[in-house]
Amino acid sequence: MTRAAALLLGLLLASVAATTSAGASAAPALKAGVFEPPRTAPELSLRGSDGAELTLARYRGKVVLMSFGFTNCAAVCPITLATLAEARRNLGNAADAVQVIFVTVDPERDDAARMKAYLAAFDASFVGATGTPEALAAVRGNYGVTARKHITTDGYVMDHSSSIYLIDRTGKLRALMPYGRSAGDFVHDVKLLLAQ
Amino acid sequence: MTPELHPTQRAAALGTRGRARPTREAWVSAVLLLFVLGVLMWASLAPIELASRDELFEIPHGTWARRMAGEKLEILPDTIRLTLGINDVLLLRNADDVPQAFGPALVMPGQSFRLPFATASTYSFACSAHASGQLNVIVEPSPARGWETLRWRLRNLASRTG
Repeated sequence: MTRAAALLLGLLLASVAATTSAGASAAPALKAGVFEPPRTAPELSLRGSDGAELTLARYRGKVVLMSFGFTNCAAVCPITLATLAEARRNLGNAADAVQVIFVTVDPERDDAARMKAYLAAFDASFVGATGTPEALAAVRGNYGVTARKHITTDGYVMDHSSSIYLIDRTGKLRALMPYGRSAGDFVHDVKLLLAQ
Repeated sequence: MTPELHPTQRAAALGTRGRARPTREAWVSAVLLLFVLGVLMWASLAPIELASRDELFEIPHGTWARRMAGEKLEILPDTIRLTLGINDVLLLRNADDVPQAFGPALVMPGQSFRLPFATASTYSFACSAHASGQLNVIVEPSPARGWETLRWRLRNLASRTG
């Protein structure tokens, strides 16, 4: 009985000691999920909503925030784009060093002109990317993005991944911000990436 | 000559002689009990600070090959519990030789993905390292001092020893 109590006490003491260490680490630097070591972001070769070919190489020197979605999206995409627009506004002059790219998962309906008009409602600097279904599927595969057509009574919608990819000035895929994070989180992370 | 005792002193003297003295084991048990209570108090009130806020899960080398060979592997738990302010960072390390998808994050061989959580909630991710294809992460609020802190420590102890 006394031995059992002593054993229990020992375990409890060990637990307390293990959970009361003085050397607690600092919170992670970025608020987004971080890839370590970062790899070069897979290149894009798509059609930009500005009429030019859209590649990541065009934006070397800038931090790229890239999301996937479609212009008929009723719930997720407008919130993501509004959040990114708010983040750019809050960045002040640093916003010039940030490029938002919106890659469609619905090339059937999202042509360059439609994407340009849609994105301008959020921020005129945002660039859309479209292309053939095969080219877009390859891009999604490179980034781990999923997209699936879901038939509804009045047409279809696309179920798709909703996270935002953060690519640094050198073209490295550094992090992934889950859907639903605030504009402040983006401002925080973009500032850190710009400072590096 | 015996000194005259006050009636209350006499009763006390008689009482002492009439009761059995506590054994050595009883004393040890009492001291141990007090010590356990002290530790429990400490465990309830001392702030929880781990050496790292990372909760590491590794996908071992050969996972994909073994699964392709028909082996039913359970590498990661179906549900991971994290606590804000204590262990609120999920660290996935891919030691396999093929990319692994964790939600929308494609984690390359030799790469890790470190995802901090800031809001208590239940998160569901598609995960290629799971036979079920899904991973749930339950993020709980930081425990309050007292019973919640003690319960957190006991659960942590159980998960590490069990």
